[in-house]
Amino acid sequence: MKTAIIVFPASNCDRDAAVAIEQVSGKKPTMVWHQETALPDVDLIILPGGFSYGDYLRSGAMAARSPIMAAVKQKAEAGVKLLGICNGFQILTEAGLLPGALMRNAGLDFVCKMQTLAVANPDTPFTRGLKNKAYVDFPVAHHDGNYMADEKTLERLEGEGQVVFRYVDNPNGSARNIAGIINERGNVLGMMPHPERVIAPPLGGTDGAEFFKGIVEGAQNA
Amino acid sequence: MKAKVHIRLKQGVLDPQGKAIEGALSGLGFDGVDNVRQGKFIELEINESDPAKARTQIEAMCQKLLANPVMENYDIEVLG
Repeated sequence: MKTAIIVFPASNCDRDAAVAIEQVSGKKPTMVWHQETALPDVDLIILPGGFSYGDYLRSGAMAARSPIMAAVKQKAEAGVKLLGICNGFQILTEAGLLPGALMRNAGLDFVCKMQTLAVANPDTPFTRGLKNKAYVDFPVAHHDGNYMADEKTLERLEGEGQVVFRYVDNPNGSARNIAGIINERGNVLGMMPHPERVIAPPLGGTDGAEFFKGIVEGAQNA
Repeated sequence: MKAKVHIRLKQGVLDPQGKAIEGALSGLGFDGVDNVRQGKFIELEINESDPAKARTQIEAMCQKLLANPVMENYDIEVLG
């Protein structure tokens, strides 16, 4: 599986994501600077966590308008898998690739802890590695993770199985306990929790390794 | 030409920062303060002498970047 990871100014989980991908696929991902305008031929694009542009204006707002994003959108439209983690999820909503928005946490605190998530939809190209798990533990670390959308959008997300991860104990006031959603086509996933931070026991868990392994295996069987 | 853009959260969208400010004001003894909402205020200069054209351009800026229409409304004031 070939992967590209987009690097924005103040991305800080880009290397963690690269290590996770290399660990499960044996292949180093291509790191692509946000000022680039073209992407190599890949099966997966990751928008990593971090604080792109210092969260100026709104989290993810500037990054969503970076030069590389036109190419990212084009690939997503062509069916390439696109995964946004944390700041990457914020960027996906700001870019209009996923509906809704991520607001300031309801409790105002920056939340940074291990979080149990219910796997709400195990039948996506991203969650096939979690088929035998009703719950996973991924850490969260964010200030703006409070997912909101209008009622109609929330109903549609629920009805179409587009809610992929749900907080068991909601840390940020997110509507319907939403931690991660996928687009209608099923190739763009945004999630606030960090699977790339739990890929080996010394890091606190291995659920993230299962997650990435599933994505790689899915790509190989496709 | 100068312009001002006010961006505010839509009615009904929870504003935890506004709530925190409200709480702090009450802690300082300012009683009877209600419905505190925090927004953004952006000033800019635009190389355009026609106010209507300036407004159209700023409208596009709001749609594309300055505001997030999912959760925010905006007002544009062109100062001439």
